[in-house]
Amino acid sequence: MAIIKVNDAAIRYITGDFKDIGIKEYVIRHLQGKYNVTEFWADRHITFELDKGDMLGIIGSNGAGKSTLLKAISGIMVPIEGSITVKGQIAALLELTAGFDNDLTVRENTYLRGAMLGYTRQFMDEKYEEIITFAELQNFQDRPFKQLSSGMKSRLAFSIACLVNPDILILDEVLSVGDGAFRKKSGDKMRQILSGGVTGILVSHSISQVREMCNKILWLDHGRQIYFGDETETVCNAYEEFLITKRLPDNWDDMERMSAAYLERKEQERQEKKRLEAQKLQDLIESGNSDAALEAALSVIRRQKPELLKNCGDEMAVV
Amino acid sequence: MKKLFGKQINKIRKQSFLLSELVKRDFKQKYKGTVIGMGWSILSPLLTLLVMRLVFTEFFGRNTPHYTTYLFCGTLIFSYYKESTKSGMSSLLANQRILGKINIPKYLFLLSRNISSLINFGLTLCVFFVFALIDNITFGVHFFALLYPVICLVIFNVGVGLILSALHVFFRDINYLYDIFTLLLHYLSAIFYRVDNYPETIQRIFLLNPVYCYIKYFRVVTIDGNIPSLFYHLLCAFYPLAAFSIGMWINKKNNNKFLYYM
Repeated sequence: MAIIKVNDAAIRYITGDFKDIGIKEYVIRHLQGKYNVTEFWADRHITFELDKGDMLGIIGSNGAGKSTLLKAISGIMVPIEGSITVKGQIAALLELTAGFDNDLTVRENTYLRGAMLGYTRQFMDEKYEEIITFAELQNFQDRPFKQLSSGMKSRLAFSIACLVNPDILILDEVLSVGDGAFRKKSGDKMRQILSGGVTGILVSHSISQVREMCNKILWLDHGRQIYFGDETETVCNAYEEFLITKRLPDNWDDMERMSAAYLERKEQERQEKKRLEAQKLQDLIESGNSDAALEAALSVIRRQKPELLKNCGDEMAVV
Repeated sequence: MKKLFGKQINKIRKQSFLLSELVKRDFKQKYKGTVIGMGWSILSPLLTLLVMRLVFTEFFGRNTPHYTTYLFCGTLIFSYYKESTKSGMSSLLANQRILGKINIPKYLFLLSRNISSLINFGLTLCVFFVFALIDNITFGVHFFALLYPVICLVIFNVGVGLILSALHVFFRDINYLYDIFTLLLHYLSAIFYRVDNYPETIQRIFLLNPVYCYIKYFRVVTIDGNIPSLFYHLLCAFYPLAAFSIGMWINKKNNNKFLYYM
């Protein structure tokens, strides 16, 4: 049974109408006969379905309509055409620090934000310690929020949102928060939540993240749905090719062709890198620095043909 | 059935938690950086009263019995109305960043501001009673009747807040227009002067002003020691019902459009 069902949904913004430009401009433009309202479709004809446990990655360049689509799914906006049905409680992280107030303390902000995400006071009382510990902010609990660094703020936001078990988790470019150590911790936490059968939607500009975490993929471009399905690898390849060539695929065959082109391009790059390395080695040997040259040669062999070293273990010991 | 009921209770519990957190936040934001903090809730109406007492006693106070109480009834009601609706008006826009990113019922922001003002009003009301006592007002059971205009005023303020907050999103100039309007209303609410010198018809026209109705109700109970007529009660109930229905209607109609104009 589908947890999220989006059926031919469309969202439109209007720019240049009376409320947008103010009364003076409105009158002037009318007098000049230049008054017109422009419609701008942020998303149109979007159709997909997610089942329990699915993790959807949404890719697309800036202005593709990704964030707007997430807003519609989390109920902030309502589609003008089509329908969106969602079953279960949503935890949407569209912007990590939305809802925090700079003048409140960390503790007060935690409760406020928790309340906004739809938790009860009792639940927050139970989870508070856990949240603060996970965010590593034990020493900052009664400090005003504005004194935290931006990394700390994101850590707190992430912890509040993740220490609960939502049915649906929506993440908009929020996975890469905090320093390296926290990033690893949050990544682990995220994987743990996802393996618990939650349905997720992830918007990310990091394609490797999408490759790693998602089993379904949706490609949007200027509000148009290019692809939805579970061919994550192929589509990611094609998308990376698109980022280089700026040419959208026309159909599935084209998509596969682009994917192949991308793989070939990558292979070429690898070859080129290898050639450069060999070149460097050659240069070293020619310049007569034999120790360094040997080191470099060994490291190349170790990386590219480790089985060679196995055969000549004795000689290796000497070196 | 039972499950549905439980779901509703859970929803109310969550929303009341959010509401109480929002009220706390609004209070903190309001008195941020001040020395006396919440003390201003009491001090500010008192100072207003003092100024008006100093200025107007010469002109109107000589032949008005219990002029301090008379004046206090006016400033008490009017400042609650003004604070409540003014803060309610900006409730949506001030929280636009949250509304654009988190799915929360919009009326909660308005309610939280109204509750803050109501708490302020409650504090001032206590001071009002102390002053009335000093002013030799006879207290009695009839004072419980004051609950009626207070409840009406609370609903009226929420209703006006609903209308204004919606208008404010589409038409920000309302902010300035409303300042002028409240100034006008202030002079038309007979806060510091008496209306009995006007002819009957003009006195009736005063009743078109809801704020004046509630001020008059307070004066009739505290100074005259009477309870107004049944018709007067109906009039007091009419304004909040009208404002609230219009406010709900506007908000329902535009609920999905607000976001486009923030």
